[in-house]
Amino acid sequence: MLDTMFFYMFALLAVAGAILTITMRNAVNCAIALIASLAGVAGLYLLQRAEFLFAVQLVLYIGGIMVLFLFVIMLVNLDSAAKERQFHRHWITGAVAAILAGAVSLWLLSRGTPTLKAGAPQTLPAANGNIEQLADLLFREYLVPFELASVLLLLAIVGSVLMAKKRTN
Amino acid sequence: MLHPITTNHYLVLSVILLAIGVTGMLIRRNIVVMMMSLELILNAVNVNLIAFSKNLQDLSGQVFAIFVIVVAVAEAAIGLGILIAMFRNKETVQVDEIDLLKW
Repeated sequence: MLDTMFFYMFALLAVAGAILTITMRNAVNCAIALIASLAGVAGLYLLQRAEFLFAVQLVLYIGGIMVLFLFVIMLVNLDSAAKERQFHRHWITGAVAAILAGAVSLWLLSRGTPTLKAGAPQTLPAANGNIEQLADLLFREYLVPFELASVLLLLAIVGSVLMAKKRTN
Repeated sequence: MLHPITTNHYLVLSVILLAIGVTGMLIRRNIVVMMMSLELILNAVNVNLIAFSKNLQDLSGQVFAIFVIVVAVAEAAIGLGILIAMFRNKETVQVDEIDLLKW
């Protein structure tokens, strides 16, 4: 029962944060709302016994990506943008399209739910914890994608430095 | 009233987060907020992956979620770099004012 309560709490945090993210006027407020949403999702990871992802979400997403966003908001002057119109001219079309897509997804989900297997009963966690199991899987079965991810990150570092650097010639 | 939480709850939440993210992507003019919406979409995908990982008792879903996060980090770094370069040239962050290639 406690699980149920926590689920609704974190889900509410995630959804409310998400809605505030796309409606707030000031970009800094949007970033703060997004942090709340990400924290809610992190809580859901913890409820699902994904402890490593919980830590990654807190350290990497909230501590890394969101700080990056806040730095960019600081570098890019958004004060004039906050005073302007926030939505596109055709924002109603966009919103209707997105909500329709969500409704269709929900409808498909409700059709597919009866065939969804209930899954194995929630067994006790194995002797070694989530992080050890994840590391085993990551370094045995998914070693090549793991190494490719490091190349991707290297490319991202070099690319973002090149992009943001001032042209001096 | 307090029924146990099933995988389905997580899937519905994921759809809701995804729809909000897509809405933000489509309606906002500010490119910084659009990139935040992109992060919301990737988070919705992660919720889905974790829910199925739990449902099937298979940790591969969590490994995929890690890769999704890695790609999200790379995307944010590159995207924000491009944004800074663009702001330096055009002095605007509103996407409908950047219409140089539009006929």
